[in-house]
Amino acid sequence: MTELRYLAPNSLDEAIKAFAAAGSAGRILAGGTDLLVQMRAGVVKPGLIVDIKKIAEMTKIEQTADGGFRVGAAVSGMALHDHVSFGKVWPGVLEAVNLIGSKQVQGRASAGGNLCNGSPAGDSVPAMVAAGAIVTVQGPDGRRELPVEQVPAGPGRTNFKPGEILVSFTLPPRPKGSSDAYLRMIPRTEMDIAVVGLGVSLTLKDCVCTAARVGLGAVAPTVLLVEAAAKALIGSTLDEAALNAAAAACSAACRPIDDKRGTIAYRTKVAGVLLKRTTAIAAQRAKGN
Amino acid sequence: MTVVTNNKWIGQRTIRPDGMDKVTGRAQFAADTNMPGMIWGKVLRSPHAHARIKSINTAKAEALPGVKAVVTARDIVDFPIDKGAVMLGIQDMRWMCRNVMAREKALFPGHPIAAVAATTEAIAAEACKLIEVDYEVLPFAIEIEDAIKSDAPILHEFNKFEGKPSNIAGRIEHKKGDLAEGFKKAEIVIERSFTTRPVHQGYIEPHACLISVAPDGKTTIWSSSQGQFMVRAMTAHLTGIPQSDIRAIPAEIGGGFGGKTIVYLEPLATLLAKKSGRPVKMVMTREEVMRATGPTSGSKSTVKIGATKDGKIVAAHGTFYLQAGALPGSPIRGAVGCSFTPYDIPNLLSEGYDVCSNRSKVAAYRAPGAPIGAYAVECVLDEVAEALKMDPLDFRLKNAAKEGTKAAHGPTFQRIGYIETVEAAKASDHYKAPLGKLQGRGVASGFWFNAGGESSAQVNITEDGNVVVTTGHPDIGGSRAGIANICAELLGIDYRRVSVLIGDTATIGFSNLTGGSRVLFASSIVVTQSTEQIIKTLRERAAKIWEIDPEAVKWEDGAAHPVSPNAGQFPPLTLKDLAEKAPAMGGPIGAGVQLNTTGADGGFGTHICDVEVDVDLGIARVTRYTAVQDVGRAIHPGYVEGQLQGGVAQGIGWALNEEYIYTKEGKVDNPGFLDYRMPVCSDLPMIDCIMVEVPNPKHPQGIKGVGEVPLVPVMAAVANAIYNALGKRFYALPMSPPKVLEVIDAPETRQAAE
Ligand SMILES: Cc1cc2nc3c(=O)[nH]c(=O)nc-3n(C[C@H](O)[C@H](O)[C@H](O)COP(=O)(O)OP(=O)(O)OC[C@H]3O[C@@H](n4cnc5c(N)ncnc54)[C@H](O)[C@@H]3O)c2cc1C
Repeated sequence: MTELRYLAPNSLDEAIKAFAAAGSAGRILAGGTDLLVQMRAGVVKPGLIVDIKKIAEMTKIEQTADGGFRVGAAVSGMALHDHVSFGKVWPGVLEAVNLIGSKQVQGRASAGGNLCNGSPAGDSVPAMVAAGAIVTVQGPDGRRELPVEQVPAGPGRTNFKPGEILVSFTLPPRPKGSSDAYLRMIPRTEMDIAVVGLGVSLTLKDCVCTAARVGLGAVAPTVLLVEAAAKALIGSTLDEAALNAAAAACSAACRPIDDKRGTIAYRTKVAGVLLKRTTAIAAQRAKGN
Repeated sequence: MTVVTNNKWIGQRTIRPDGMDKVTGRAQFAADTNMPGMIWGKVLRSPHAHARIKSINTAKAEALPGVKAVVTARDIVDFPIDKGAVMLGIQDMRWMCRNVMAREKALFPGHPIAAVAATTEAIAAEACKLIEVDYEVLPFAIEIEDAIKSDAPILHEFNKFEGKPSNIAGRIEHKKGDLAEGFKKAEIVIERSFTTRPVHQGYIEPHACLISVAPDGKTTIWSSSQGQFMVRAMTAHLTGIPQSDIRAIPAEIGGGFGGKTIVYLEPLATLLAKKSGRPVKMVMTREEVMRATGPTSGSKSTVKIGATKDGKIVAAHGTFYLQAGALPGSPIRGAVGCSFTPYDIPNLLSEGYDVCSNRSKVAAYRAPGAPIGAYAVECVLDEVAEALKMDPLDFRLKNAAKEGTKAAHGPTFQRIGYIETVEAAKASDHYKAPLGKLQGRGVASGFWFNAGGESSAQVNITEDGNVVVTTGHPDIGGSRAGIANICAELLGIDYRRVSVLIGDTATIGFSNLTGGSRVLFASSIVVTQSTEQIIKTLRERAAKIWEIDPEAVKWEDGAAHPVSPNAGQFPPLTLKDLAEKAPAMGGPIGAGVQLNTTGADGGFGTHICDVEVDVDLGIARVTRYTAVQDVGRAIHPGYVEGQLQGGVAQGIGWALNEEYIYTKEGKVDNPGFLDYRMPVCSDLPMIDCIMVEVPNPKHPQGIKGVGEVPLVPVMAAVANAIYNALGKRFYALPMSPPKVLEVIDAPETRQAAE
């Protein structure tokens, strides 16, 4: 039987040191709602668990000088929900994070864990991609930043270097007339895994879409940034032709598999349907801003 | 029998006796029991769907430090095939012994091959990996079509059908009239074929047990089941330990729905405990539950119904193929016997085939077989009603079974309440409510036999004048609350003075398992008789004290009162008074009754379902649901409604999302609640209940079983509602989003809509 060690350091440096030293036997623990489930199922058998919830930076939500937000990697869904202004500025990101699991799961689950778990169906990831979030990671060689869509490498894998830990998400300031939204298709109403998930962030000026980003989940090995869909929306009044073109772009971007959770045909069609519905919600919200 | 309306406790929503324990976590479920020196058992399971077991070598596992015992099929009492059936209830021990541990062949992925007990769960799991099994892998068949093909791999070479080795393990039929003549009279005939997928009972508590075997062979079993006597008998049969040496203690049960009417772990844990000399605990994982315990059958049916233009059904023919899983015994009786029973059909053939295939052996699931048959029949009836341009409830009323109707499975009905359920459905606000765009409404009816059978009870008056009732059926549907209400009513005391317990096999007489919707029906009879004996004793005691004739004493409001000619002469003697005087007046007061109860009446239900379909995503959501049922007499209405609502919730899951999915290798690909999608709360509307009370004239309180009927009509009600919303019929379950969208997007649907 292998031994399991548990560390809960107060500083990031300590965490990185221990995590890097443990090599492939080390695992970061944020909320544990993926990790503990995987351990129980025998899918992962770590020798060292580094709990990052005692590191102040990891659980902090702060407004940046330019009006953006920095969200610590281990901030729970509930903490994000309770923040005074985050949900007003990023309702789509918040609704995506809050869709994860149930009330009980929300008390623990983090957007950082959702991203680092590497599931193409993670709910917060398409919303973060649409939001244009930049992640800060730190490892034995120091800090670096990269766009969130560059983190997933494939199911269960990230592009982090050995010993690197996700520190935070940085979301940009919002111009007037901006908002976002996230929708997922699940056969049930909750406690389910996205068959397709889609986030849209956009800016409207005089009813014309001046900026847009579309993140699409569960239809390819990683969450996708669908630039063709954004392009179809930008410059339009979000009229039917633009929405049809954007929906078609989402369907075309799909590289899904046929599995127990959905067929290729189904996922491809639903990606387009969700684009239209999510865009409508984001636009409605943007009009109020 | 007339309905008694002035009852004080019967018909009250009293606080459930088990409620406090359950909400505070004090209730002891099977996995909550521990013992000093206890070790852990684990099962090695077949990775193959079908394989001959050439040899099993357990030497390395036995040598692993911490391992205390290993058992294989060699340790389990064999019931040789050629010696014929050894029946225990509805189970043939030849199949049970092969189900708890593979003998000649592994018949499904997950089939137990060996079991290990070790000081920790991890060591036991490690030891399982060290067991070397030499398999000769064989071709397999899971789906019915594959299993009944002429060149199908045969699971049981000894089994012959029409003279040839076959996977068809049995056929039954019910017949009435002349089918050919009947169809000749028909002016409208509709014939359709349907499929349903296997679905699991989905109890939240996995199978678990703790078993201790003393050096003298005395065995104690703590386990969660639907029948401690079933556990005792099956364990005795499979281990060779006499029943008198086994004490089976029923734990509080976290759901069963029929799935805990057979044993999986108990014989293995008993043998491991016997070999090791240590108490052995076994707890299945959810994955083991999903792979290796009974779901109900997948099915393939064809139903043909003929009617005259004035709406009279003149002939019907149903053919139902049900998956038995690895060993014979699918619930064809329920499908064949229940599906047409709400209707008075002069010419009828209902036939069923029991088909073995390489998946886990099915176990009972709420009205076993009946929902599968009703799904097909009630969908065809909807089409016939439509073709006749008749309201589907009027069509059912026109053909309804009633007093005097002879059911194809045998009985001629006495007073039944089917018509009342249809009338109540028709009169409901729900049936009249307007529907919006992409919304639809469907109706369906259902029948279940219900049952009586063996029941024992002991009712004792405590020294302080309160009451303890012990019965022998695990309470999975509220029977303790029902019994408390009845006993309090009869004694005329507050129901809180009645404690109802479930005895173990050593402390209460034989009681058949909790199943067939029998429990409150049967146990209330023995409790009533016991309580009546006690009342007789109490009256005699009072008479003795007053020195008058016992006939001149009546029992009322919890006390003995003198009646004419002595009325008013003595102050009443309460239960408390008489209990205090018991030592001097003849000793302890109590009575026990054991009976094989008879007189169970079948139950009928009629359901109304509204759905709304998201036509872009293919999602059908149930937006409103009303279950109408003839419940005989609702002893505890809250529990009766709970049964109705629970059955409907399970049926909606079966209709919309639940299904077993297999990999190419024949393994269950969704062995957990993430991908095996039972409905969650937010998937369901509040389920409305209309309880029709047509009391059973053969029962002291008018009770009929209520727990199983509510699952029977659901899938058809949902399917008919989806049709009503979309104008598109579905002939396969589940009607999950990809399947619904596929039909919506089919070119012919699009054309029809334009
Ligand atoms: C009942 C239930 C329901 C669920 N429902 C949903 C759902 O609806 N939608 C959904 O998307 N998910 C769902 N999940 C999955 C899970 O809750 C989410 O993925 C959640 O966001 C994970 O966050 P966590 O903080 O618990 O991650 P953890 O389990 O702590 O970590 C997840 C993975 O990421 C790694 N990791 C975590 N933080 C870091 C870091 N800072 N740096 C590097 N690596 C890190 C861990 O080592 C681990 O491999 C559900 C889980 C459960 C148990």
